[in-house]
Amino acid sequence: MTPEQQPRSGTPTRRTSAKLRRNQLAGLLFVAPALSLVLLFFVIPLGMAFWMSLHNWPLLGKSRFIGFGNYVRLAQDVQFWTSMRFTVYYTLIVTVAIFAVAFPLALFAEKSRPLIKFYRTAFFLPVVVGFGSASLLWAWLLDVDSGLFSPAAEQLGLTDKRVNLLADFDTTFWSIVIMVVWKTAGFNMIILLTGLQSISTEVQEAARMDGASGWQRFRRITLPLMRRTIALALILSVAGSMLAFDQFYIIADGGPQNSTVTAVYWIFSQSFMSFHLGYGSALSMVLLGILVLISVIQLRLLRNPEGM
Amino acid sequence: MARSRKAGTLRLLDVARYHGIGIVAAFLFLAPLAWSILVSFKPSVEARQPPLPPWPVGGFSTQNYANLEQYGSGIWTYAANSLAVSAWTVVASVVISLLAGYGFSRFRFPFKNVLFVLVISTVMIPFQSILTPLFLILTKLGLQNTLTGIVLVYVTLQLPFSIFMMRNAFDAVPKEIEDAARVDGASVFVVLYRIMLPLVLPGVVTVAIFAFLASWNEFLAALILLTDQNKYTLPVLMAAVRSGQFGTIDWGAVQAGVALMMAPCLVLFLLLQRYYIRGLTAGAVK
Repeated sequence: MTPEQQPRSGTPTRRTSAKLRRNQLAGLLFVAPALSLVLLFFVIPLGMAFWMSLHNWPLLGKSRFIGFGNYVRLAQDVQFWTSMRFTVYYTLIVTVAIFAVAFPLALFAEKSRPLIKFYRTAFFLPVVVGFGSASLLWAWLLDVDSGLFSPAAEQLGLTDKRVNLLADFDTTFWSIVIMVVWKTAGFNMIILLTGLQSISTEVQEAARMDGASGWQRFRRITLPLMRRTIALALILSVAGSMLAFDQFYIIADGGPQNSTVTAVYWIFSQSFMSFHLGYGSALSMVLLGILVLISVIQLRLLRNPEGM
Repeated sequence: MARSRKAGTLRLLDVARYHGIGIVAAFLFLAPLAWSILVSFKPSVEARQPPLPPWPVGGFSTQNYANLEQYGSGIWTYAANSLAVSAWTVVASVVISLLAGYGFSRFRFPFKNVLFVLVISTVMIPFQSILTPLFLILTKLGLQNTLTGIVLVYVTLQLPFSIFMMRNAFDAVPKEIEDAARVDGASVFVVLYRIMLPLVLPGVVTVAIFAFLASWNEFLAALILLTDQNKYTLPVLMAAVRSGQFGTIDWGAVQAGVALMMAPCLVLFLLLQRYYIRGLTAGAVK
């Protein structure tokens, strides 16, 4: 636990209690700036978002209380549920893809061998580049005229003519999945690496002595002992993907035919392109509920080490 | 003799396989970055062609960077905006989390643990869901469309991580060090600044890198909260260029912009890698 200032032992005189109070005040003053920011830019907005979701709230003009009207409308909003379904689909695929790349990378980068620092850094570099920059970079790589992939495929004779990768849902979707894996695999590799390295080598050695094969050791020792780390990486990846926006906005502009509009994208366009602020808030509340649910499940998984 | 040679061959094969995989994987991760940076130095016309080969064939050129000048108020205005936002976010995050971390680590006051959990648990709430109220609050405060407004939002978003890092850093410093200084009659702030700060400096560096990368790269909040074109940060400007808001897309210029945005992140990371990874794993281990 945190080391705290203990009140002096002995008879509590007036002087020590005044000192204690001064100490309490000092503590509160130290945390005051942080607390005011959290209050002003987090707690109040959160309350406001719920309050606004009960209103018809245009950008200009008077807002009108409509109870749960926005939520009723939301239930019938086809585009919202299409976006939600797409976001969940994307989250499932991209999370599996990230793990399929990050886990082998972590196993590869685990032992210290010559050049391992270079390899780890190389795998990690795309992580520190912003999602905006990465999206702009890949928007160019995917461009049909000036980009890399379709002209290269044509020159190598893989395709008869240049294919516009962003004209079709599947190629757009998988291109973005590949881009996100490229961008985030290194992050998950590092998280998994901390889990791998916390497993004592003695346990692994003992299992090797007992004649366990590589796969058996991975399945029976590594995986179970990494349960918490895997859960953490999984939750970070799921929460991040459920909130995906930059790459779909910048690379695909939600297209083709609005087929890659994510939940956040739809909230963005309702709130800040159509200016239905109340309705946008109701959409936000639903997304928030889903995200908090995911976080609660995370805490559950992390808390009881035995009962997964 | 024969057996040891066979073992030697096996080890050699193993090493070759290790480096083979390593080099191919490293290439796949580095190639897009390298491709973009190399293309940004092609002459403008050549940069419109498919980047095969990626390096400038018609000679090295900074034309693409010069072309960035023609967008809106010129690239340097936007770079200055981005730099100001990031610098202030770093400074404010460090100062506020240093104070709060010290307060949460060393003092007793009512509701301390509740308040700490409240601050930390805001990471669970996606900021994407409170952007509309944030927009309205900043408008009320007269801070909409100002860099100050977006800095305040970024600092708040960084707080849970920063305070968590700083409290742990202070917790790791033995209390005796501070007590000795207090006995000598030094004030709280002198103790914090002169004695504690050097001891928690690694934590400060970690907080600063994360604050820089987050604010330099953030896109959605900047897109919504900065509607005045002169106030755009680099990601918002470059996304506007890519979407064709400034006419035909000049991909050479876009890659120059991308290189400009990536460079500080890559350099800072390579210089301060240790502190960055520490911050990343702090959450994973706890």
